[in-house]
Amino acid sequence: MSAIYVWWIGADAPDQVMLDGVRAAVSRSYELPARLWHGEERPADTWDPRRGQHSSTQILRWLAGHRPAGARKVLAITDVDLFIPVLTFVYGEAQLGGHAAVVSTARLWAGPDGRRLVRARLVTESVHELGHTFGLVHCRTPRCAMARSINLAAVDDKRPTFCAECRLQYLERLAREGDDHEQGADADPDRR
Amino acid sequence: MNRERTRILIVDDEEIVRESLSGWLEKDGYTVSTAHDGPSAIARLNAERWSILLVDMKMPGMDGLQVLEQAKKIQSDAAVVIMTAYATVDTAVAAMKLGAYDYLVKPFDPEEMSLMITKIVGQQALVRENVLLRKVLKRDYRFRDLVSKNPQMRAVFELARTAARSSSTILILGESGTGKEVLARAIHAESPRSQGPFLAVSCAALTETLLESELFGHERGSFTGAVARQRGKFEAANRGTIFLDEIGDITPKLQLALLRVLEERRFARVGGVEQVEVDVRVIAATNRDLGKAVEQGHFREDLYYRLNVIPIRLPPLRDRREDIPLLVDHLLEQLGVETGRKVESVSHDAMALLMEHPWPGNVRELRNVLERAVVVASTSAIQAPDLGLLEPARGGGGAPGDLATLEQVERRHIAHVLARTGGNITQAARALDIDRVTLYNKIKKYHLREVETA
Repeated sequence: MSAIYVWWIGADAPDQVMLDGVRAAVSRSYELPARLWHGEERPADTWDPRRGQHSSTQILRWLAGHRPAGARKVLAITDVDLFIPVLTFVYGEAQLGGHAAVVSTARLWAGPDGRRLVRARLVTESVHELGHTFGLVHCRTPRCAMARSINLAAVDDKRPTFCAECRLQYLERLAREGDDHEQGADADPDRR
Repeated sequence: MNRERTRILIVDDEEIVRESLSGWLEKDGYTVSTAHDGPSAIARLNAERWSILLVDMKMPGMDGLQVLEQAKKIQSDAAVVIMTAYATVDTAVAAMKLGAYDYLVKPFDPEEMSLMITKIVGQQALVRENVLLRKVLKRDYRFRDLVSKNPQMRAVFELARTAARSSSTILILGESGTGKEVLARAIHAESPRSQGPFLAVSCAALTETLLESELFGHERGSFTGAVARQRGKFEAANRGTIFLDEIGDITPKLQLALLRVLEERRFARVGGVEQVEVDVRVIAATNRDLGKAVEQGHFREDLYYRLNVIPIRLPPLRDRREDIPLLVDHLLEQLGVETGRKVESVSHDAMALLMEHPWPGNVRELRNVLERAVVVASTSAIQAPDLGLLEPARGGGGAPGDLATLEQVERRHIAHVLARTGGNITQAARALDIDRVTLYNKIKKYHLREVETA
């Protein structure tokens, strides 16, 4: 049975409430079981001293090679700032139609009292990046999880759920992938 | 605008830049490809059309400015954006002078990049829409607007293109809706007569007397209601092309009159004696078997040979199904302009249905089906039910005495349950007591999918 694995790969200790929120949300949105993975390994050689940031593309390469057995998709959560070479930063990155996605909380921060807001943003971006691993591209419906996240205002406009069109596309892709999630999802007590 | 239609070429010598930038843009739904240096970018430009080029300034060998200069010569309408890590005023000015759309200093803000690409795509869509609108208004079709991957069809285009350069009479044969008039218009547009008029006459739509007057004109008082001298289509088409559609339907009297025009290039208006000389290229078309009509004595043999100088046979759509996705794309763009509704794509199931349909009405029928779908579609992608090609689903087991197969009954029942749940797959699956994936597969199998409203 394959599930979505949520893996904390950050520098500091994880916020367990936040990770559990992500796990429950992706399980709900994708109607698939989701688990927290407590692997101790961390991606190496992703730090770029010139940029003072971590390369999200390198993290994805590392994740693809370290996908836990039984993981349909692996979603890494980190607190380090991410970049791709041409852009100043990214909130996250994913392999389009692949298996790995990464999201960072570094740019989602909303001040010392904004923990709830950060958690909400992280949940939305996690659903968003995982959507890419199922082959979904950006959507023009502002409230859909698959809408592009060009700034925090855009992230805050979104909900961690799909619009009808993206949901239909997701189901179509799931069916094409050869799905076995019904039984698995039913076995997951946190699904509903 | 269909984002998949926007083709972006990234030119950069660094693999990580190519990989990350293409990944980022693909997630916006664009078609993205990469080139690792200037010469391979030029080769890609010569081989395919591109909407946007993102070119790194500093590359070994051929630099970004040289690529820009060549790109503008090969594809002047492609927007070229220069990317550089080292911005200087001089290079920025040089890039803009050479026709760069913009100049970005790496690394750039995701918002800046996103807005720039959206702006370029929007501008290009406007330009294309404008061109398309003009075409629709003027019905100005050229060979480049005729789309096909089919070898038989491509041979037709090749023959038509060659024939266009001459003044010979052309006979276009093909079933209704195969695009005979569109081909005739393209031949005219590519011919030396393109500056002259193109006039189309449907020979089956009028009675003998009216058609005679329509083609040759009439003198005042030649018949009741002829209150003034009227020029006919042959006169009006002087130095241009006349398209005589459904030529197989004209009466023997008009067959003779037409034969004379083709032989002598002159005629007299109805009720007149003065000979009018014309320089008109004739393109005739029919969906009938003219050879058989000749054998049966319904069509003059001499006229048949006069018309059949260059015969061009258009295959029916069912014989070139591989063209359906291409035609759908093309027609959706046209319909988007005509109807003002932006429907960008066709779902997997809807396309499967379009590929299976027998298309007795050919491309015209396909256009009508898509026009309906564009109007009724509730999302930006046409769904199978929008096409109106499905049989109306009946509830229960069908009519009394109906010896339906198990599959037919299953299909009807699922359609009925889906209708009751408003297309909600989860609720329908629960009602049917099957899991969602099983239901989803059955919906696909029976082409029953409704847009989920939940």
